[in-house]
Amino acid sequence: MSEVKKFLYVNRKAPYGSIYALESLEVVLIGAAFDQDVTLAFLDDGVYQLVKGKNTEAIGMKNFSPTYSALGDYDVTKIYVEKESLEARGLTLGDLMDLKYEDEDDDWAEKDSIRVVSASEMADIMDTQDIVLSF
Amino acid sequence: MAMLHIVNKSPFERNSLESCLLHAKPGATVLLIEDAVVGAAQGTVLSDRIQKALESVKLAVLGADLEARGIAQEKLVDGVNVVDYAGFVDLVTGHDNNQSWL
Amino acid sequence: MKFTILINEGPYQHQSSDSALHFVQAALEKGHEIFRVFFYHDGVNNGTRLAVPPQDDRNLPKEWSALAEAHGLDLVICIAAAQRRGVMDADEAKRQGLDADNIAPGFRISGLGQLIEGGIQSDRLVVFGD
Repeated sequence: MSEVKKFLYVNRKAPYGSIYALESLEVVLIGAAFDQDVTLAFLDDGVYQLVKGKNTEAIGMKNFSPTYSALGDYDVTKIYVEKESLEARGLTLGDLMDLKYEDEDDDWAEKDSIRVVSASEMADIMDTQDIVLSF
Repeated sequence: MAMLHIVNKSPFERNSLESCLLHAKPGATVLLIEDAVVGAAQGTVLSDRIQKALESVKLAVLGADLEARGIAQEKLVDGVNVVDYAGFVDLVTGHDNNQSWL
Repeated sequence: MKFTILINEGPYQHQSSDSALHFVQAALEKGHEIFRVFFYHDGVNNGTRLAVPPQDDRNLPKEWSALAEAHGLDLVICIAAAQRRGVMDADEAKRQGLDADNIAPGFRISGLGQLIEGGIQSDRLVVFGD
């Protein structure tokens, strides 16, 4: 297990209507322990997973939004959100949670994990992966 | 690098194929399996889109799924390849990486 | 080549388990190695031995068990997903204080790390889901 592979987690589904978003996040957290090159992609309805200000109390489900904020502590720092998907849903970066990580190579400076990219940039990101996990 | 994209949803129901085609780079292959095979038929509202996609990517459909849905191979958009499960395996090994558009 | 397969859906509701089974059979026939088949989400339901489909229908859990026996496949059910959905082996049932287990022969229950390891160890990982 010496070789580092590029793992991409593709999220295209909204949370709560199905369990995919939650259980996908569980894989990301476990996978983080394997010291691989991890990237998360949010496109299509997957962008709803990152929308802030959720309250799940009345639907009786646990709100797992705080887990996304913890990703930086697991060294999951590359979170790409597709611009076209946001725009199609009337969303902007300001509607999303503020996800941060501390950059150990830059005196632990706090940096944004979320990077908004175009569909064409997202295509390039997908193309260069070894393993693409979609749920 | 060339990627194999695997789509399994009817494009008349969900946007998986549309999203896949938006992200498939020139030289990639898009394989339609399960309900997605209906997207490769001639004379649908999507046939022109499929025809256009063939200018930059290769398109294949899983023959078993096509037959199960009563679509004859002759009714496919020209240029779409039909593969069996062994051909599906070959497509996976013949591309650098693969992605399922669930 | 060496493959790991991820199955995200249970039998019958969706075609993904059928598609994966046919894919694995074809890969084995071509001389490829299946490093692991990992069952996640509702996919864990492929691993119950208590499924009794009508006689004229295929029995997917049994087909997976038979394939595992014939080819020494490593069929792994995610423990967290299995606990949520009530798929248990004898040890886990005992640990949880339950009165029964239901895991099918040839399957084993383990953690999500087995999926990641499958990705690392294999040449290709293919996902079947909905």
